[in-house]
Amino acid sequence: MAGSDELYRLGIQRFGFGGKADTRARFAARVRDALIAEIDPKAALLGDTRLPDTARSIQIVTEIQERQREARARKRQLAQAEAKAAPAGGAMQINDMAAAPGTMDAGKPAGAPVRPPEDPDAIRIRDLLLDDVEARLRHAVATDLGFAERWVAFWSNHFCVALRRGQIMQGVAGVYEREAIRAHAFGRFADMLVAVETHPAMLHYLDQRQSIGPNSPAGRRRSKGLNENLAREILELHTLGVGGGYSQQDVTSFARALTGWSISNFEEMIDGYGGFFFAPNRHEPGPQVVLGKSYGDTGKGQGLAILGDLARHPSTARFVAGKVARHFVSDTPPAPLVARLEQDFRKSGGDLASLARALLTAPESWQGPATKLRTPYEFIVASLRATETPVDRVPRFLNALNLMGQPLWNPEGPNGHSDTVETIASPKAIKTRLEFALQVARPAAGKIDPRERAEALYGDALSTETRTAIARAETRPQGLALLLMSPEFQRR
Amino acid sequence: MKLLPANTCCEAMPLSRRGLLGAGLSFFAWTYMPRIASAAGARDPRFLTIILRGALDGLSALAPVGDPDYLALREGLALARSGENAGIMIDDFFALHPSMPNFARLYAAKQALVVHAAASPYRERSHFDGQDVLESGLPGVGKIESGWLNRAIQALPKGEKVQTHGALGVGAVTPLVLRGQAPVMGWAPQRLADTNDDLARRVMDLYTHTDPVLAKALQSGLMADMLARGSEPDTRGGGNPAMMARAASGAARLMMKEEGPRVAVLSFDGWDTHANQGGVKGRLADLLGGLDGAFATFEREFGASWKETTILVVTEFGRTAKVNGTEGSDHGTATVAMLAGGAVRGGRVIADWPGLKAAQLHEARDLRATTDLRAVMKGILAEQFGLSAAVLADQVFPNSASLKPMAGLIT
Repeated sequence: MAGSDELYRLGIQRFGFGGKADTRARFAARVRDALIAEIDPKAALLGDTRLPDTARSIQIVTEIQERQREARARKRQLAQAEAKAAPAGGAMQINDMAAAPGTMDAGKPAGAPVRPPEDPDAIRIRDLLLDDVEARLRHAVATDLGFAERWVAFWSNHFCVALRRGQIMQGVAGVYEREAIRAHAFGRFADMLVAVETHPAMLHYLDQRQSIGPNSPAGRRRSKGLNENLAREILELHTLGVGGGYSQQDVTSFARALTGWSISNFEEMIDGYGGFFFAPNRHEPGPQVVLGKSYGDTGKGQGLAILGDLARHPSTARFVAGKVARHFVSDTPPAPLVARLEQDFRKSGGDLASLARALLTAPESWQGPATKLRTPYEFIVASLRATETPVDRVPRFLNALNLMGQPLWNPEGPNGHSDTVETIASPKAIKTRLEFALQVARPAAGKIDPRERAEALYGDALSTETRTAIARAETRPQGLALLLMSPEFQRR
Repeated sequence: MKLLPANTCCEAMPLSRRGLLGAGLSFFAWTYMPRIASAAGARDPRFLTIILRGALDGLSALAPVGDPDYLALREGLALARSGENAGIMIDDFFALHPSMPNFARLYAAKQALVVHAAASPYRERSHFDGQDVLESGLPGVGKIESGWLNRAIQALPKGEKVQTHGALGVGAVTPLVLRGQAPVMGWAPQRLADTNDDLARRVMDLYTHTDPVLAKALQSGLMADMLARGSEPDTRGGGNPAMMARAASGAARLMMKEEGPRVAVLSFDGWDTHANQGGVKGRLADLLGGLDGAFATFEREFGASWKETTILVVTEFGRTAKVNGTEGSDHGTATVAMLAGGAVRGGRVIADWPGLKAAQLHEARDLRATTDLRAVMKGILAEQFGLSAAVLADQVFPNSASLKPMAGLIT
């Protein structure tokens, strides 16, 4: 059937991470069912038990930061002491030491520059991040079609945090996704929402731990006060959406309700490491009115009650439905698709497995043409899958994502990375794709015939132009790079 | 073919016919004697293979200006005996491309030669398959995981420096010709990834016909890159002489180390000159200039070892005899192979010239092949490394018993 390869291509790229050498042969006839089969809570988990949980991650980072502070203090003291003690000929001393026999450096040629070793602790914090990234990439490459992984990536970007907010984020960005996003990817939206907004990563990222109720005991002592950041972004970006029917007054009231939400042992040094911590002495007393409903002061429960209502709000259903449709199907999705998703979200009470099923079974989801572009992350994962490229040298992939304008877990703002063609197809990003494609193709082409691989990936869905361009390529690496750059590979 | 009996210092060492007959040609004696005298030996030959990927136009590299049909076929690409399109007349019939002065100098010093109208056994026109046949050493397209050069190294007597030091593959991945059981090392000049103007051109071509949005984005990206580099992008596509120089000097230095490799393979891309190939100047001229610079680099870096060096330059096939509609040439059949180095018995063109009349061309379009490249490769391996014709016909170039090694290539 002529259309089935095209349908398969649409399915595996729109909703998955693209084909491997044998994926089309195995799944072309039943790609929709195979995608639906990945709507499985277990499929959304990384399953790598060696990765630390949130408490452990924060413990590692805070201990390291403590050591770094102490080291800096010692160095300052030492410098001060030396400045006092050193006589006029201080330089002589240093030379004598350098010439001393029997030291570790004695065998080195004279004059060789001595590079200070990199701080092992800094490496350790970075390794926390790299371990998580590597596990994520390996999982994305290993999975059959990748729908669950794409679904996770969508929600992770919807509820994004950013590494740029300090060293602590390197330690928790990965575990945040595992514990707040993956654990609820095919559960209830309301549960994911609570897991996200109470996670130390989000509380830190959107400044919640600095927010103090003006009339709370702590607020009356200090001049510091309310920080509306988290409340505003929950309404604007996480639930109702811009134009979702909330006012500035709602933002302020919600922000008051959220006061006291903080992170244990981040500064308090109590209640163990790294969990959600409710600080009653910072919580604004009294009821708060949000979206016309009054919420009594139940401490932590006040904010949770508001979150619960936001998750159920019709604007949230509309906002989420539109965003899902725009991400997976089209920058301008068909209205019936959005309506279908919105209705499912409302009817199921925000059941994300049900929403995913509605997406994969909607007829509009399977209509071409494929007008969207793969995001940089999708492109990289798809390239690795298509060429059997091993997931090593993770920093190389992170660097490629940076150059393509979408650094992993590090968007510029809390609205996450854009997925429209207009933003993704920036000149620099597309040129970087070209370089990345060749970097992947060079080592891979030793074992792969680009003509055969193009056929294996796409079959009849391959255009004559692409087929010809690959066959005419000067070398195998060039042919393979052309395959990775072809519209068939780029578009979804 | 006889074998030298095993003696005290070496295992059985196959020696070429020329080596055994060397008595009559006294200047061969010094080449082989030291090796026989001592396995640790003073003799320390180096062998490089340079693969020009994309199909070199042999009629431009060494132009048959003496052929009466040449000028009409080649039009704007043609070289001349004299005047502004003059090549370097290296004999009465052939003009070497003027962007290859080093090769011309080596030729005059009898350290370089050209085999013309040569081709691998491959007669189709796919680069991939053509390169596979060229490198595998098979009589045709077929699945094989090793190349002729690796199998040649395996066939050498155990303990040969050439074997124990491993062979060098320059580039991100070991080329097929070097793949196999004999040890191989890899090295790539840094910034290799930056040199992909030809790929960019091809992707642009594809996008222009299929995806205007991506075409526009890529075009802008390449322009920005060009401004940042402060240089024109090579929109004509292909190759990079600067990269050739880096690859050559890097490989040469590795090969001059005491424990370094003695055999190496380099790949130069960009020879697929379908459009705007150029004559004495232009795209192909730049590429040939880069190749010419590589010869000079090896000569300089090798110093005294140059006299024991052989460089073989081969490509997967040639190009059409007639210029095409875009001032270039399309995939063809026979082309040139070049040999350079102090060990080469140079100063001549080896060609059983087939002629350029329509009836003389292969399929009425390509220079006909009168020399099988495998004979050239066999000749070098026989004379420089002493591999027997039997080993060459059986292990190195399977099913080639009827194809004799070309004799007399190496001093």
